[in-house]
Amino acid sequence: MSTHSLTKAALRAEGLPRRRAVNRLMELLAWLAAALAVAILGIVVWSVARRGAGALNLDLLTKTPVQFSLVPVKQGLANAFAGSLVIVALATAMALPVGILVAVYLMEFARPALRTAVSLTLDVLNGVPAIVIGIFVYGLLVLGHGQSGYAGSFALACIMLPLVARSTMEVLALVPSSLREASLALGVPRWRTTLSIVLPQTIGGIVTGTVLAVARVAGETAPLLFVSSLVGTQVSWDPHHALQTVPVAIFELAESPDPADHTRAWAAALVLLIFILFASLGARWLATRSARRMSTAR
Amino acid sequence: MSSTDLTGDATRRPFTGRRVRFGDVSLQAVAGAAAAAATLLVFLIAYKVVRGAQPAIVRYGIHFVTRVAWDPVKNVYGAGSFLFGTAVTSLVALAIAAPLAIGIALFLTELAPRRLRAPVTALVETLAAIPSVVIGLWGILVLGPILRDHVEPALHGALGFIPLFGAPSTTGSSIFTAVVVLTIMILPIVASISRELFLGVPRDLKEGALALGTTRWEMVRGVVFPYARGGIAAALILGLGRAVGEAIAVTQVIGGGVGIHWNLFATGDTLASKIAASYQGAQSNIQLSSLVYLGLILLVFSLVMNASAQVIVRRTARRHGAPRGAAG
Repeated sequence: MSTHSLTKAALRAEGLPRRRAVNRLMELLAWLAAALAVAILGIVVWSVARRGAGALNLDLLTKTPVQFSLVPVKQGLANAFAGSLVIVALATAMALPVGILVAVYLMEFARPALRTAVSLTLDVLNGVPAIVIGIFVYGLLVLGHGQSGYAGSFALACIMLPLVARSTMEVLALVPSSLREASLALGVPRWRTTLSIVLPQTIGGIVTGTVLAVARVAGETAPLLFVSSLVGTQVSWDPHHALQTVPVAIFELAESPDPADHTRAWAAALVLLIFILFASLGARWLATRSARRMSTAR
Repeated sequence: MSSTDLTGDATRRPFTGRRVRFGDVSLQAVAGAAAAAATLLVFLIAYKVVRGAQPAIVRYGIHFVTRVAWDPVKNVYGAGSFLFGTAVTSLVALAIAAPLAIGIALFLTELAPRRLRAPVTALVETLAAIPSVVIGLWGILVLGPILRDHVEPALHGALGFIPLFGAPSTTGSSIFTAVVVLTIMILPIVASISRELFLGVPRDLKEGALALGTTRWEMVRGVVFPYARGGIAAALILGLGRAVGEAIAVTQVIGGGVGIHWNLFATGDTLASKIAASYQGAQSNIQLSSLVYLGLILLVFSLVMNASAQVIVRRTARRHGAPRGAAG
């Protein structure tokens, strides 16, 4: 079919100027599409930077919000930054070991059919909307117990798990099987081969995947909205209670009618963006470095 | 005698005489338990959501899905208007994003000068990494007013005879703003999946077409698109799934409201945005359960879309893996 139309098109030499014009037009449209995407990124980042930079100071990180005040006072979002730190750290502590173990099982132990089936479940888990994760964790942990930082970090861990497992599987697939065979041939048991020969090869990839997953969940709002949002204004490090987080704080401040709140939302968004930008750049750098190391090892 | 026994033993050993090591068994057990837990998690999510929605399912049945009503005073709830809002916002967003994303992917694989490829790819991926709450913040405080003051009056003036372009919004919150925000969010996703697909098109096919005298666009239409067709379909489904499931940014810009109307510039709600906006303040158990019912519909959508995207990807991979017949 396609081959036929191709030859026909090629033989239609008489329409050459028109064909060239169509080609030129399509190339121009593709350039414009790419330029548009870059422009959108530029506009969004610039909007956030311009509006947030003014309020980006130490007070934002160290002072807490003030609920009611007749005189202007210095306030910040220290509670949100502390809460985000605790919740994301706990989520990583939950998702990272489980994610790596899932990948190890699927790539080193499971039969291909089982591997396909479980990978499909991981993809499905990855596709569950974040707001549904929020409903799930609300029903599982919040109903009857109340909101808590633990519930929030479990919700984020559900989102991180497939990301970490997937990226670990990808690097495990890159480890040459000759390495495993050499180790097994030397009489090293399988579990030691896996833990001390195969896994160390994948550290770079696992770190990259984890950094990307952290960057992703640090900005997640939907799973935390009903799970860790009823908070006070004081800084708290105790995950037994609901903790404020940066994305939830931005969400709430954006709905406020007070322009001063908007300014703080922009500043918090700027901090979040800078963190995510550095995390993804760092991950990219790590990925190219470990890819180079792997290709030289082979 | 003993030497033959030895060799026989040595060759047979990996298959039969294998010693069961405690370490091997325990690592396999622990890792297997983790894999089982991850699988179980998906079923637990489905179970919990169904259980949460049960009171509403029992009370309103399947008619809930199509009923256009959300009245906490009379306790009459239905998903109709949110299904409509979800369909309109995500399909229009996909219709705008799809050609743009494919254009970006073609630019990155076929057109861009070598120096531009890596940086522009990184920028497109950065756009995908911006959190939805930040896009939503930008959408409500920057984009909304611009659309309200300039774009919506212009569209209304020029195309007002089409019911889609009705009276402009007064606040900047509208279905149209949500569409633009969703377009921005799914654009980089579809673009980067398409880019990977286009990179997978064999070089000899492309060069063969060019050698036949086709222009670059004819080569793309004749070789790249047919080769990547299944993958593009899967990428579009994944983009649609992302748009359908997006709650936060849409809640921030769509304005809220119940009802079915064709004016893009009026306010509305999607399944996800309704949950995000009303869950915390739900007044009664039946209202909460109805919101979980909305979540169940959302979950079913995402499962169906993900599964179909995976099936398409696998089928395409199998077709490309098989030897390519000459009788095409």
